Amino acid sequence: MSARHWTVTLLAALVALLTIAPLLWMLSVSFMAPGEAAQFPPPLLPADPSLANYRTLFSTFGIGRFLANSILVSTLATILALIFTIPAGYAFAKLRFTGRDATFRLLVAALVVPGQIGMLPLFLELKAMGLVNSYAGALVPWLAGIFGIFLVRQYCLSIPDEMLEAARIDGASEGQILRRIVLPILAPIIVTLALFVFLGSWNDFMWPLIILADQQLYTLPVALAAMSREHVQDNELMMAGAVVTTLPVLILFLALQRFYLTGLLTGSVKG
Amino acid sequence: MSAVRRIREARAGWAMSSPALAAIALFFVFPAIASLFLSFTDFDIYALANLDNLRFVGFQNYARLIENPLFWKAMTNTLLFVAVGTPFIVALSLFAAMLVNSRWLKWRPLWRVALFAPYVTTLVATAVVWRYLLHTRYGLVNYLLSLIGIPPIDWLGSPNASLPAILIFVGWKTFGYNMIIFLAALQTVPRELDEAARIDGAGWWTRLRHVTLPAIAPTALLVSVLTVAGMFQLFAEPYVMTQGGPAQSTVTILYFMYEEGFKWWNLGSGAAVAFLLFLCILAVTLVQLRLARRGGAI
Repeated sequence: MSARHWTVTLLAALVALLTIAPLLWMLSVSFMAPGEAAQFPPPLLPADPSLANYRTLFSTFGIGRFLANSILVSTLATILALIFTIPAGYAFAKLRFTGRDATFRLLVAALVVPGQIGMLPLFLELKAMGLVNSYAGALVPWLAGIFGIFLVRQYCLSIPDEMLEAARIDGASEGQILRRIVLPILAPIIVTLALFVFLGSWNDFMWPLIILADQQLYTLPVALAAMSREHVQDNELMMAGAVVTTLPVLILFLALQRFYLTGLLTGSVKG
Repeated sequence: MSAVRRIREARAGWAMSSPALAAIALFFVFPAIASLFLSFTDFDIYALANLDNLRFVGFQNYARLIENPLFWKAMTNTLLFVAVGTPFIVALSLFAAMLVNSRWLKWRPLWRVALFAPYVTTLVATAVVWRYLLHTRYGLVNYLLSLIGIPPIDWLGSPNASLPAILIFVGWKTFGYNMIIFLAALQTVPRELDEAARIDGAGWWTRLRHVTLPAIAPTALLVSVLTVAGMFQLFAEPYVMTQGGPAQSTVTILYFMYEEGFKWWNLGSGAAVAFLLFLCILAVTLVQLRLARRGGAI
C-alpha cells in the first residue's frame, strides 16, 4: 500500500468513526450507573457496566409492551404492504389493461405529494371509520404505498414476456402465473420492499403519535418521545431506551444491507 | 393471441391492481384533496363533537394565518432550514461519496456501511441521543470543541444556536442516503477523464469543478430536490430535541401544523397550513427544475 492509500483510508476511517461515535456512545452510556454520564469531561466507558437501566425500562416503564407493539405493527404493515403492492406492481408492468399507463402516470406524479398534506382529513376519515386509537389506524398509510408499486414494477419490467406467454399457452391462469413464475423471480425485490416497509413503519413517528392516543398502544418511538419529555435528566436510562428502540432495525439492516442498498438505487434513479 | 385471453389478462390486471389503487384513493388521494376543502371550513373541537357546528368560512383560515406571528415564525424557520440545510447536506453527502469513491480507498464496503448506518436508525431515538451529545455542560460535542479552545455553546438553549444544532443532527442522520445516490453517479464518471485532467496538471478543485460536477449534475439536482423536501418535513427533530424552542426558534411548518391540528384541534386552520406547505414544496421544486434546465443539467 502506498502513502496515498494510507492517507485516504485513514481519513475515511476517521470520518466513519465520527459518524458512528454517537451510536457507540449511546450503547456505552446505556450501561452506566444513573448520573455517571453527567460529568465533565464526559466519560466514554462505564466504570462498572451493568444492565440496571434495561431492567428498570422493562420492569418500571413497561418498555416490553411498546417493543411488542412495534414488532406487531411493523410486521403487519410489512405483510399488508406486500399483499397490496406486489400484484399491483406486476400488473402495471406486465398485464395489458385499459387505463393502465394513464393510471401509472398519475401515481408517479402523486409520489411528490408528501403524506403529511392529508394527515388531518385522514385522521377525521379514520375517526368516522372508528379506527382512531387502534393498531389498524396506525397501519392504514402502509397500504397506500406508491413507492412499493413503483419498485416492484421496475423489477418486473425485466421479466421476459415470452416466459409469461408460454405459461398462458400451457393453460396457466393469471393468478397461477403470478404465484408460480413471477413471485420466485421477484424474491430479491420482495426482501428489499419488506425491509423498507418494516424499517419505515418501525421508525415512523408523526402518524402513530397522532393516531395512537392510548399509552397501551404506543409504538417504541412514541413511547420514547413521551419518556424523554418526562425524564430529561435520566441520561443513562434514556440511552438504554434509545438502544432498545434502534438496535433491532440497525441489526436488521446490517444483516440485509445488500438488499437495502440495491433497492435504494432502483428507487431513486427514477429520474 | 385470442380475444378471450386478452380479456382474461385485462381482467386480471384490474383485479391485481385495484386493491392497492383503492387503498391509495381512500387513504392518500382523498385526504390530500379533502385537505383543501377542510381549509375553507372552521372545523374545530366543536365540529369534532358535532358536525352541525361546521361552517364554510372561505379564506378566513388563510387570512388569520397571515396575521399570526407564530405562523410567520414557522415559515421563516422552515425556509431557513431549507436555505442553510440543503447546501450543507448536499456538500456533506458529496464529500462523503467522493471519499468512499476514491480509488486509493481500502475496505470500501466497510466505510460505506458505517457512513450509511445513521440513516436507518430510529429518528426519535437518535434525536434523544443528540440532545445529550449537544448538552451544554456534559455533551461530547462541547467537550470536543473545548479541546480546540472553543468555549461551550448552549446548542439547544440559545435561539441562535438551535437551528445549526438541529441541522448538525439532520445532516448526520441523512447524508449517508444521499451519499449512496452520489456514489452510483460517481461510478459512471470515467476514470480516464479525471486521470487525463490530472496529467494536464489540473488540481483537485479544478477537476471537481470541470470534470466531476458536470458529470453528476443531474444527480446533484435529484439529491437537492429530495433534501429540500426533507427540510420542509422536519417534525420529530424539533418535537424531541427542542419542543419548538428556545423562543420558538425551531418551530417548523409541520410542527406548527401538528399543534394547530392536534393540540388546539383547529383542523380547518391546520389543513390550510398543510396546503400552504404543499404549495411551498411544489414552488421550490419547480424553481429548482427550471434553474437546472437553464444550467443544462437535465
